[in-house]
Amino acid sequence: MTQTPTLSRRSQSSAPSQPRTSRRRGADARAGYTFLLPWLLGFIALTVGPMISSLYLSFTNYNLFDPPKWIGLDNYATLFQDERFLQSVGVTLSYVVFGTPLKLAAALAIAMLLNSKRKGQGFYRSAFYAPSLIGASVSIAIVWKAMFGDSGPVDEGLSFFGINLGGWVGNPSMTMPMMILLTVWQFGAPMVIFLAGLKQIPADLYEAASMDGAGPVRKFFNITWPMLSPVIFFNLLMETIHAFQIFASAYIISNGEGGPAGSTLFYTLYLYLRGFSDFRMGYASAMAWLLVIVVGIITLIFFKTSKSWVHYSGDSK
Amino acid sequence: MTTMATPTQSTPSTAAPAYNPKSESGTAKRIKSIIFHIVALALVGVVLYPALWMVASSFKPNSEIGGSTTQLWSNNFSFDNFVTAMDGIGGVSTLTFFTNSLILAVGAVVGTVLSASISAYAFARINFPGRGLFFGMMIATLLLPFHVVIIPQYIVFQQLGLVDTYVPLLIGKFLAADAFFVFLMVQFMRGLPAELDEAARIDGAGHVRIFGSIMLPLMKPALISTSIFSFIWSWNDFLGPLLYLNTPEKYPLPLALRLFVDQTQSSDYGAMIAMSVLALLPVLVFFLVFQRYIVEGVSTQGLKG
Repeated sequence: MTQTPTLSRRSQSSAPSQPRTSRRRGADARAGYTFLLPWLLGFIALTVGPMISSLYLSFTNYNLFDPPKWIGLDNYATLFQDERFLQSVGVTLSYVVFGTPLKLAAALAIAMLLNSKRKGQGFYRSAFYAPSLIGASVSIAIVWKAMFGDSGPVDEGLSFFGINLGGWVGNPSMTMPMMILLTVWQFGAPMVIFLAGLKQIPADLYEAASMDGAGPVRKFFNITWPMLSPVIFFNLLMETIHAFQIFASAYIISNGEGGPAGSTLFYTLYLYLRGFSDFRMGYASAMAWLLVIVVGIITLIFFKTSKSWVHYSGDSK
Repeated sequence: MTTMATPTQSTPSTAAPAYNPKSESGTAKRIKSIIFHIVALALVGVVLYPALWMVASSFKPNSEIGGSTTQLWSNNFSFDNFVTAMDGIGGVSTLTFFTNSLILAVGAVVGTVLSASISAYAFARINFPGRGLFFGMMIATLLLPFHVVIIPQYIVFQQLGLVDTYVPLLIGKFLAADAFFVFLMVQFMRGLPAELDEAARIDGAGHVRIFGSIMLPLMKPALISTSIFSFIWSWNDFLGPLLYLNTPEKYPLPLALRLFVDQTQSSDYGAMIAMSVLALLPVLVFFLVFQRYIVEGVSTQGLKG
């Protein structure tokens, strides 16, 4: 994307002496591949190779001990009759669809609150960011499970206000709100990115709007939202892809089983169980490829629709 | 909330700058500031409550954690839970788990910093055919769900007899598999003036010299961010060790913690929480020491948590 300036500058500056240039070009190519070697090796051995074999395995029956047996599209066909698979899709989709926008809304709201020149902003930024750093850890999953357990502090606190939800951890209809709260709680990472974006918006835009008598709501929708749209787009894309891949907290909170009643059977957890508990590696590979396809389609949709709402203004990069 | 975020709202319609202190009366400004701090501190309290609860509970006797008290601090303050937690699980002391986590995390930092900076130099500073294509592929791996590679990777490592070693957990770090860090360093290097290496080249320096004596020293901020994040991510990693390690003596803390939970369940809640605190301790210390770097690193490089 941005490598073109360097490219043209280099070819210009070395244009005059022709033989030196070609010698240098050869040396550059050799040096380039040498320096790229670690990444190139990793890319071939750990990404491309495994992707190809995963695609192959997804058309086979493979249990790690006997040689893979080609079964064509059977794995994919079976998936759509597998109730637990369908449940895992539902669980993951509701997590992504509700969790991600809520998390980003919290991130944006707090970022706007902190985007003013006041004492202590550094402290607030750090304090709000902290959960993002620890949120996906096993420790926090354990704490979350304890806090939302029956007669844990959350239940206690709510019953003080006369609210009784019948528990969270053991109640299939409350586990998803609990997991969503866990992801919303980690709003700090997108918040910090929003803050950096908000600081790029020129203050005179707001001044001009004030002079025209615009209120805070109009300023938000006419200035903040469009000016911030590239950052919103980035956060939305990254958080969505990230949310599809939730694993550790789901594993710990559900004791590695996705319970109660499959309400925390996230896609990746089911993939793990199929692949590494039942040793149905072909089936799990088909699941992995479906995930890649879905994430790919979503990314594509995001990029296609972004043209209508993401504004890249000429002056700010 | 929105009113506070836009500092201009009560500016009189003169062409005065946005937050000219003279445009608002002193008391109005002070009241607004007080309201801001009350709101912000209340939110901090809510957000940090789980962490506080965790630390407070680790010092409580078992009877008071799951019991009918919502009191944060206990009067029966004790270190008993930590004593139990340090004993470890399955005959392995918690100190061993700490050492294992440390080996993995330090290995991850060394591997990532080395491989990512070398690869990033190629992307950012060397002109060779195919660079754009490879760069695009590297970016694409940022979006790729890594679950698509774990099954074949596992099969290969299993056939090579490397399951239950640290090789599968570390090899990717030495091969720049975390595209995030490569990308971060590429972006950083592109920000450095091109004249630097042009001049060095005219003086006869090769790429190794330019990389080692010019780029690396200038890249310190990017190297620090990378080190901090790869340490913390490796420290918190659960899926990798869960797949590849089977002997408790080799477990890092997150895996040990799961084992602990499986075997203790609700019987020793206090020790479970205490061990959770111990497992998070290095991350928390890192955060307190490097919080500036961490938070700024995120805002400039768009890292996730």
